[in-house]
Amino acid sequence: MNIRQIELEVMRYDPEKDEAPWFQQYSVPCQEDWAILDALNYVKDELDTTLAYRWSCHMMVCGSCGMMINGEPSLTCKTFVRDLPDKVRVEPLENFPIERDLVVVLDDVMQKLHQVQPYIVRKDAPPQEDKEFTQSRGALMKFKQLTMCINCMCCYAACPQYGLDKNFIGPAALALAHRYNLDSRDQGKSDRLDILADHDGVWECSFVGACSEVCPKHVDPAAAIQQMKIDGAMEFWKQKLGMPGDKS
Amino acid sequence: MSRRPYIRPMSQTTWYMRNGRYKVYMLREMTSFLVGFYTFLTIYALATLASNSPQVWNSFLSSQQSTGMIALHGFALLYFLFYQTFPWFKLAPKAMPVQVGEKTLPGIYIVIGHYIVWAVLSAFIFWLAGVI
Ligand code: SF4
Ligand code: SF4
Ligand code: FES
Repeated sequence: MNIRQIELEVMRYDPEKDEAPWFQQYSVPCQEDWAILDALNYVKDELDTTLAYRWSCHMMVCGSCGMMINGEPSLTCKTFVRDLPDKVRVEPLENFPIERDLVVVLDDVMQKLHQVQPYIVRKDAPPQEDKEFTQSRGALMKFKQLTMCINCMCCYAACPQYGLDKNFIGPAALALAHRYNLDSRDQGKSDRLDILADHDGVWECSFVGACSEVCPKHVDPAAAIQQMKIDGAMEFWKQKLGMPGDKS
Repeated sequence: MSRRPYIRPMSQTTWYMRNGRYKVYMLREMTSFLVGFYTFLTIYALATLASNSPQVWNSFLSSQQSTGMIALHGFALLYFLFYQTFPWFKLAPKAMPVQVGEKTLPGIYIVIGHYIVWAVLSAFIFWLAGVI
């Protein structure tokens, strides 16, 4: 197999020593089928054991390996060396505080994901003991794509709105809220509306669309947010005109 | 081990220079200047009408026909078409998907629908203005 020498430029930050992050160069002999994650693993195994970064599955499932690769938020296990130039810059996800090296602090988005009540809320009685909620395939198709999210947070790293205002709920959490709003078994839409229709909710998004472009799972949070805006506006006018609102 | 997370600063004034995607976004947002200009122009036109003087109104009309003004209106039209109309119509199927049974209606129908509504509205305005 061919070996290609790649210059990795990795952002380092040691909270106990460094005042600010800095870049360290590593020269990595990459095999042609390597992803950037393999190159990082090579650094860790062969060159520098102190490098800290997150990963787990190496197959686009766990969502823990998101980083900035040449300025673009990407999964390092999905971004291949063969598609990149000889010099590759790896930084921790933009818009998040750096815990250490390539590891970021995700507390804020975790709290936001929780905030949108990402579970089925029922107002009516639950089905009987041995019964389940039924759902047609058509009803499932309405939100299936939105369930593909792996919480990699690349979308938050791409979103300028979140960068500028950390109160903005942001793409993945809003897409998640929409996923439950669209679920035929759910009745929690009106509960979620307070958070979503707030000025830190959907209206903060200016539809830059960056989130959808970088999403490795094609969740398309930008589209979800626009749908919620239309939804929200319809609800608003229905209430103004005294028409019956959404049942839930 | 003590935690001391480092927060990278984001410039409030130059953040959009970070990548091409943000630059295009900013170019799109710049249409707001043109919106402002047309708002001003409309108010000005109403004021000339309110003056009740055909002379004032006519000089306003002819001021709009100068080469500079026509160039500006042409520029504004193109700017809006390329940074607002075309991209938004293209995105419309995402913002308002129509599901029929288990399938979503192909986006192209929604896009065409938008262009038809646009054409009808434009024709109506031309008719109001006495052009057609
Ligand atoms: S929406 Fe996409 S980019 Fe955002 S967290 Fe989910 S999978 Fe990642
Ligand atoms: S579309 Fe909205 S959520 Fe997505 S990147 Fe743009 S501002 Fe952020
Ligand atoms: S390592 Fe799990 S998504 Fe990349």
